[in-house]
Parts: sequence; C-alpha cells; structure tokens
Amino acid sequence: MSIPRHWREIPRRYRLEAGKCKKCKVINFPSRLVCPECGGKTFETVKLSGKGKLDTFTIIRVAPEGFGDEVPYAVGIIDLKDGVRLMAQITDCDPTTLKTGDKLVAKFRKVQEDGKNGIIKYGYKFVPDVGV
Amino acid sequence: MVGISGYGTQIPRYRIKVEEIAKVWGTDAPAYRRGMNLNEKSVPAPDEDVGTLSVNAAYNALARSGIAPKDIGAVYVGSESHPYAVKPTGTMVAEAIGACPHVHTASLEFACKAGTEGMFIGTQMVQAGRVANVLAIGADTSQGAPGDALEYSAAAGAAAFVISTKNIVAELLDTDCYMTDTPDFWRRPYSHYPAHGGRFTGEPAYFKHVEGATNAMLARAKMKPSDFDYVIFHQPNGKFPVVVAKKLGFKEPQYRHGLLTPVLGNTYSGSSPLGLAATLDEAKPGQLILLVSYGSGAGSDAFIFKTTKRLLEVRDLAPRVRKQLDEHKYYLEYGQYAKNRGKILRAE
Ligand SMILES: [Zn+2]
Repeated sequence: MSIPRHWREIPRRYRLEAGKCKKCKVINFPSRLVCPECGGKTFETVKLSGKGKLDTFTIIRVAPEGFGDEVPYAVGIIDLKDGVRLMAQITDCDPTTLKTGDKLVAKFRKVQEDGKNGIIKYGYKFVPDVGV
Repeated sequence: MVGISGYGTQIPRYRIKVEEIAKVWGTDAPAYRRGMNLNEKSVPAPDEDVGTLSVNAAYNALARSGIAPKDIGAVYVGSESHPYAVKPTGTMVAEAIGACPHVHTASLEFACKAGTEGMFIGTQMVQAGRVANVLAIGADTSQGAPGDALEYSAAAGAAAFVISTKNIVAELLDTDCYMTDTPDFWRRPYSHYPAHGGRFTGEPAYFKHVEGATNAMLARAKMKPSDFDYVIFHQPNGKFPVVVAKKLGFKEPQYRHGLLTPVLGNTYSGSSPLGLAATLDEAKPGQLILLVSYGSGAGSDAFIFKTTKRLLEVRDLAPRVRKQLDEHKYYLEYGQYAKNRGKILRAE
C-alpha cells in the first residue's frame, strides 16, 4: 500500500471512523460518497465501538510478504455492535483456540512495516475481549 | 488544583521466565530470583511497539479521565525505544486518540526517566494555564543484549496519565528533581543494544539520584517518609527499590503495591509510572503518594500526589494493572522470544 493511501486512510485505520448516513442512519465502514442503502450523499462521522463477535475466520500459515514472521495468525470477519461487519487480523491469541461467536475487541497495533527502512503502518486489529 | 484526572496502562500478554533465559546462557536462575528479585518479564508481541502500547494505555487513561480527546492540548511520549529514530511518536498517538491538529507533541528521551518527564513538563504547563489538559506517557519495549545481565529484566509496558485541573483523581502537591552527568548506561547511534557500567549503575548512579531527589522533595515539602501512605521508586530490578526504600526509612506496606518488576521486569520509561498506576488501583481517597523516577545519565524526578474521592468512581472504567499483569499470559520459550525481539532473523 502506498504512503499517500495509508495516510488518507488514517481516520478509519487508527480511529475506526465510519460514515453514518444522515438519511437512512446506516453506518458505512469504510465511509462512502454515496450510501449503498439509500443513495444518500450526506454523512455524519462516527467512531465505531470496536466491540463485536467473531463471525468466521481462517488461519493463515503461508503469509503474504511482510507478514511471514507472524504465522500462524487468524484473519476473521467480525460483527460489530454498531451493525458493521469488517475483516481484520486477530492477534494476542492462539488462533487454533478461536471459535465463532467469540467476543473480540479492537486494539491499536502495527499492521505492516515497509521493510527495515520504510514506514510502519499502524491500525486496528482485534483481540479476545478478556478485559486486559 | 492540578493533578491526574485519568490513568491507564498497557502490558503485553507475553512473558518469559528467568529460567528460560538462564538455560540458554548457562547462568544461575535462582541467583536472579534471589539476588535481583526477578522472576519473569513481559515481552511485546511482534505487532506491538512503543506507539501501540502508548495508544492503548492512552485510551484507558482517557476513559478514566472523562476528558474529550480534542481537549488534550499536548501529548508527550517518553521512551528509549521510540519506533523511529526520526519521526515523532506523539503525532501518531495524538492522531490515534483524536487530538489532532490543535495539539503540541514531543518525543522525550532520558533512559528510564522519560516517562515522568512528560508528567513533570505537563503538570507545569497545566499549572501555568497554557494548556487545559496534557497526556503524558511513559512506554518502552526495552532490549537487553543477548546474554547480558539486562536481558533478564528488560521488559515492555506503558502507562499514560491525563494531567488536568478538572476531574482530579490524584492532586499534585509538589515536585522536585535531582540531576548530574553520570555515565552509567548509554546507547550510541546505530547500536542496537545499550551498554552499561556494571556495578557503577548502583551506588553513584541509581542510589545517589533516587536518594537525592527523595531527600530534596521531603525537605521542600517539610515531610518525612512516615507521612506517606505509598511510595514508588524506579525499579530496574526487584532489589534496588527495596534497598533504597529501607535505607530512606520507608516500609514494605508503603512500596508493596507499586513494586511490579519482580513479575513484570523493568519497563524503563514505563517503570515507575506503571508502579504509580498500580498504586492508584489500590489507594483510598485522601492518601499521600510519593513517586521518584530514575533515568541513567542521570537524574530523578519526584512528585507528591494526594488522591481524591473521584478515584473510586473511575477506577473500574479501565483494566487494573494487576489484571493486565496476572491474567491471560502466554509464556514463551527462548527461541520464540529471540525471534519476536528481532534477536534472530529469517534469511532474506
Ligand atoms: Zn443511507
């Protein structure tokens, strides 16, 4: 991912900011220019709760470049309380113990490094919601 | 009134026991347990660094403070392991909590004292009325060279404090400090691991400055050790803070809650700030706390805090230190630890 793209996406990657349609109240994440539900074009910026349940997941054992030192790790679809579904890496757990329906919570983590000399890309990941 | 309106911490989930390190280097683990009062230490996950620990600690501090991120006027992050050599950690923390762009940030560095530096500067700025609220963080993912004595203690963690005139949980009564040029521990540019003066790190370094700052603070405030309910000293190992406490006339019940190194390791810039957070987790309203940090190079900052009733109202809005320390731990073997910490690298 290019530096400008990463930089543009900071509000959603760092702060889970989403666009709530002013017409139909549906929350779009990532935010959009036109609401896919009603065609509305005005949005209010809202911050997602970061709390949700694991809907489905897969365990990555052969990782794309830049993630090789973290295998095995899980990537899952998470249903947030806010009515938003998103895909994220799940960290701080043994991925083989994850189950559908597990309560998860967002944490701010390092997502990718552009080699040893490039920028560090931060963003949300999810961890088991065990109150730590 | 100026003081702490919210505090929060983040400790990684991973741990390594001293036996696991001693096994690799052929040293005597019981000697570390007995001699240095070290049992295990925290290890950052591969996707954790000073930036992520700071942000997650800051969320917890903000939750307890009840102060909106946009009202934070300054963010200071003290560390000796900032993710970049050149690029501020504070802007990333400020952006993550939602305090940008009308915010002043700086990355501070002073070996293990960098965490209390932000508190020191922040409290004076709020006192001066220049900004309403300051977020001060001490965080480190410190490294000891493989086989070095520091490898048994160098750990990871962060503590964050919102300094304000509103919503106070611990009022700041006074501060003092004590500094000299003392070469006890250092790291030159481009070197991966710090170097230290061995036994020189004790008497002329840690003890001289911690005692110097404590005595100056007590004299300035016209107080004595028995006036305090709690005391927290910088804790490079589990032994030094106990020795200095006894030497200065403090007793075990005063330092017990804030002494984390025996099961956490030395979190450097996070060390005494995490001890303060653990103490705030236990304190009752109206109690007096003395905090004395130490950073090599060398110096100590001292603070006197008095807790308020609001502490009890907000304590459970974020996880307590002992919960982060004692629950949901994953123990690593030395090989995994060495990989996670970049001590061994995959072939290119
Ligand atoms: Zn809509």
